[in-house]
Amino acid sequence: MPSSTIDNASTEKNIREINFGEALQEAQYQAMESDKSIMVIGEGVADPKSIFRTTEGLVEKFGPDRVTEMPLAENGMTGVCIGLATSGFRPILVHQRIDFALLSLDQLINNAAKLHYVFNGQVTVPLVVRMLIGRGWGQGPQHAQSLQSLFAHIPGLKVVMPTTPYDAKGMLLSAIKDNNPVMFIEHRWLYNLKGDVPKEQYLVPLDKASIVKKGSHITVATFSHMTIEAIAAAQVLAEHGVEVEIIDMRSVRPLDMDPVLASVEKTGLLMVLDTGWASCGVSGEIMARTVENAFQYLKKPPMRITLPDHPAPTSKHLADDYYPDAETIVKAIVSLVDDEQKLPTQEMCKRVRRTSLRDIPNPAYVGPF
Amino acid sequence: MKTEESTIDLPALYHSMLRIRRAEEAIANRYHEQEMRCPVHLCIGEEAISAGVCANLTTPDVVFGNHRSHGHYMAKGGDLNAMMAEIYGKATGCCGGRGGSMHLIDNAAGFSGAVPIVGGTVPLAVGAGWSFKLKQEEHVSVVFFGDGCFEEGVLHESMNFAALKNIPTIFVCENNGMSVYTPLAERQPIRSISGVAKAHGLGVYTGDGNDVVEVAHLAGEAVAKARRGEGPQFLEFKTYRWLGHVGHEFDDDLGYRPNETPKFREDRCPLKRAAEELTQKFGWSQKDFATLEENVKAEVEASFQFSFASPDPKPQTSGDFTYAQ
Repeated sequence: MPSSTIDNASTEKNIREINFGEALQEAQYQAMESDKSIMVIGEGVADPKSIFRTTEGLVEKFGPDRVTEMPLAENGMTGVCIGLATSGFRPILVHQRIDFALLSLDQLINNAAKLHYVFNGQVTVPLVVRMLIGRGWGQGPQHAQSLQSLFAHIPGLKVVMPTTPYDAKGMLLSAIKDNNPVMFIEHRWLYNLKGDVPKEQYLVPLDKASIVKKGSHITVATFSHMTIEAIAAAQVLAEHGVEVEIIDMRSVRPLDMDPVLASVEKTGLLMVLDTGWASCGVSGEIMARTVENAFQYLKKPPMRITLPDHPAPTSKHLADDYYPDAETIVKAIVSLVDDEQKLPTQEMCKRVRRTSLRDIPNPAYVGPF
Repeated sequence: MKTEESTIDLPALYHSMLRIRRAEEAIANRYHEQEMRCPVHLCIGEEAISAGVCANLTTPDVVFGNHRSHGHYMAKGGDLNAMMAEIYGKATGCCGGRGGSMHLIDNAAGFSGAVPIVGGTVPLAVGAGWSFKLKQEEHVSVVFFGDGCFEEGVLHESMNFAALKNIPTIFVCENNGMSVYTPLAERQPIRSISGVAKAHGLGVYTGDGNDVVEVAHLAGEAVAKARRGEGPQFLEFKTYRWLGHVGHEFDDDLGYRPNETPKFREDRCPLKRAAEELTQKFGWSQKDFATLEENVKAEVEASFQFSFASPDPKPQTSGDFTYAQ
């Protein structure tokens, strides 16, 4: 397998601000330049919209053999990609909505996750499946589900959810180099988020959580877009003396529990934020592992913020309160840290409350998306 | 017997079929000992398709199988000792004991894997075939499946894509008319299976799957076309599964196949048919057959002895290979 040249020695002049979506495009472009075995396959990867521009320019540069539109055959094409992967290629399969990938569960769970194991290590499946999740703008029950826990149940799959543009690029490059099937889950609301990203290739590990903000009063373990909501909540809480430690988990499988356990030892309080549902989900898994390994440090039962236990409605009027946000988090943290009820909860909630439309990430955002 | 596309070597085809038949019979005979502790789906009666198709392949051509793949594996040159040890759950098995009868692989022989989910390997074969095309190698991929698989969406997705990209994959439908205990007529409308494949844009061949010469001849043409860059080909062979869907026994007593009698089977026996031709056209004597039987019997018996002498896998290695390095 030809390997890419990775230059980890980034210099400051090589760092500039780009957004999450651009970081994904750049990762694929640079990886494909370095390694001819990398292919991008999906519904829309070579069309004028190019998966919200994340595959823009790839087909022009690398040609239709390596950047391939695919028939609406998610299970079959997942199997084709697995066959390519066991034959020396490194395909990236893209699903514009994670919901479409449900049609491919047979190939993902029965083959991608099992072939290396059942064939005793004689084949490997270096496959990346990019899958988009989201919220709001009328996506409804079948266009914006957060299904990371479903995939993370399966031994043999890796499941990651980057939050920052830096992690988007570095983790996608790591996923492409990885010799296992990696479910790469991208939240659509992060696409316009800007951040510092080195121009050259670099790797961010697929099995390490990241401490986004240090704090001593409560530990918040969070995934994907919920990290952005947590940061907003933590800022206003800090103004009132509550220091929140925010851990962006980044990977759902494997779970990097060490920073969570170390943090809980310090704070004694745990809150988990997930973009998905609670039942049988990763939020419960993090709580269980914390209880198993750090029970003696917990001052109160752990708490989690997840979606209500029903499908996502479409109408804005039904959906606005469906998705938890910074205000939800502020209220929940106050309930854990403010035994004497001295904090100005109403005022803090008002500070983080969205005054613009709640079904889009920012006012500049217009549908369809 | 010479044809335009292939040279039919009947003695070699007979040898290939006989190895499969005797290995399957030996498995059936020993299954009651309860030492082969995994399901076995035996292919007795269907040997001609494995033998006839694989006779047209070279080692770098790759074959994918299914739940009933002892024959495919052996005909492609898979290591018999490693297969038998796998069925016995031994460390020397082709999957180190992780797979059993339903998961076979021998990369060195170009047998790229069998898995038991119906249709599971079909798109893998298309992916492997596409890799040959992208790398500009003149190899083909082959996938064996049954008539039941023709009801799976993934097969049609795979045929569509193979035709779209002109991929050198040979789809081999072993039509034994039965999905477990349910006959074809209860599962599919009256229309031609190969006709549907043709409508997908594949080159299509149909033949008697119990006639190894016919299988080898048609497969030879199909493989040659795919190698020449003429795209995916579909072979449909009618055949007959002698034993029950799973296990080591005849199941005439269940009464789901009213025609089933020993005579019905014998009339369709691919080995009997080939043996008659060897006697008549190749002048084989009783002694020639006996010598071959002895050799095959010794090879099969040796695979059992190899399995019995092999170490068990260590329990503490059970979780190895969940992830690749």
